[in-house]
Amino acid sequence: MSKSGEARVRVMIDGVAVEVDAGTTVAAALVVVGCASGTRLSVRGEPRAVLCGMGVCQECRVTVDGRAHVLACQTLCRDGQVVHTQKVNAP
Amino acid sequence: MTQHFDVIVIGAGPAGLHAALASAREGATVALLDDNPRVGGQIWRQGPGIAPQSPLRALLADLSRHGNVTHFPSTRVIAPLAPRGLLVESAERGGVCMTYERLILATGARERLLPFAGWTLPGVTGAGALQALIKGGMPVRGERVVIAGSGPLLIAALATACAAGARVLAVVEQGSAIKVARFGASLLREPAKLRQAVSMTRGFAGTRYWTSSMVEAAHGEHRVQQVTIRRGERRVTLHCERVACGFGLVPNVTLAQALGCAIDEAGGIVVDASQRTSVEGVFAAGECTGVGGAELASIEGEIAGLGVGERSSVDGSSPELTASSRLRPLHAQRQRWRRFAARVETAFALQPAARIPPADDTLLCRCEDVSVGEVRAFQNWRDAKLHTRCGMGACQGRICGTAANVYFGWPSAAPRPPFSPAQIGTLIAAAGHPPQTE
Repeated sequence: MSKSGEARVRVMIDGVAVEVDAGTTVAAALVVVGCASGTRLSVRGEPRAVLCGMGVCQECRVTVDGRAHVLACQTLCRDGQVVHTQKVNAP
Repeated sequence: MTQHFDVIVIGAGPAGLHAALASAREGATVALLDDNPRVGGQIWRQGPGIAPQSPLRALLADLSRHGNVTHFPSTRVIAPLAPRGLLVESAERGGVCMTYERLILATGARERLLPFAGWTLPGVTGAGALQALIKGGMPVRGERVVIAGSGPLLIAALATACAAGARVLAVVEQGSAIKVARFGASLLREPAKLRQAVSMTRGFAGTRYWTSSMVEAAHGEHRVQQVTIRRGERRVTLHCERVACGFGLVPNVTLAQALGCAIDEAGGIVVDASQRTSVEGVFAAGECTGVGGAELASIEGEIAGLGVGERSSVDGSSPELTASSRLRPLHAQRQRWRRFAARVETAFALQPAARIPPADDTLLCRCEDVSVGEVRAFQNWRDAKLHTRCGMGACQGRICGTAANVYFGWPSAAPRPPFSPAQIGTLIAAAGHPPQTE
């Protein structure tokens, strides 16, 4: 979906810098950076990731610029943004 | 800080945008709130590389000519305040108290997500969710995707996924072939919808579309790697990176319920010919009054925005008379699209197989990790909540309550504010404003 000449923004996700097209949601950026095995741990410790994609299920919540419980699916990436997921062990 | 508006519109999808525009044309000061960062709702969702679609572009151009509309993006309603007030939380402005003469609910619908074994694995999303995520810039190129659940939304998700380079292995529809075929034939009566269907399905002749079929389980270590589909007596297992499963839409009525608006049996807000709800000063339009698509939502939004039955005219002419002549053609169109919605409803109604709960050890409530078996041990939603904490997590039962309604017939509990997680500062902003109690 990237088009040449389109604005790009750089965000930091769990310490990894990633560049995406302006207008990309944080939920999408989490996939771009490779958080394939979840961005949150459930109360029993299971990995979870975005489910509803539209601000209902709360599964995609992350910490954005120090603010906890931000819904990644309803937040756009901004240049310099710092995102933290709940660390999930990769396979 | 309290801000006053003649009209507050909640939701900036087709219904909300039309309501805001119609209200603005009447000269009202309008606040247009949406919890998403950009307007358009789900159907006209904008994203990187996705220019606003033509109806949205025209609406935004019209709206920009009216200086009396204030858009509040990324803004959620946290609680109703008495009288005729709302406490909202905005990403930019924090907690704000707002008052209104007229409130227009255009809160849309959400996907009906039903649990199956493994549905909590990362990589499992709703069907509309997959579409929304792709539009938001999520890469799926080369990924194997299974789209499942029910309804025309599956075809829309298929179109979006294919356009983004995904390999859709199958579309799994719970409805029967005969009903779906009948619906397909009925599209001949709605050329616009037929054109839409043809353009979406062009080039998908090779895609498997399985009717009377359901996802039984998703499997994988740490994320989905396989999905098992039940087709009658047969089971088919496919290797895939994503499963996108949603069973149609359910109206979003949290705020309406909290305000005391009557809700119909199908779960939509009850409205009259002018889109007035049972509560004075509160109108509703679009999917939150019953799922019917963008065309219907747009017309209902326009009717609601005219505010017939409330003091709406600013020029002193007889508002009821001028309004009724404007309303007649809108009512005719509304009837037409409501008939279409009824056909969708009939074709994709949940079959008995979709209403059978999954195995007891399947999680029902994802927020509090409560299983189907733990919940079904109780007689009603309230008891189940009190004993198991199901429906008491961050989503406030919006996901599992909908599933419990399908499986056990339990009506969802009346919502209590705060309707979604809110900051302490937002609640403090409401100090001095009494919360509305029914």
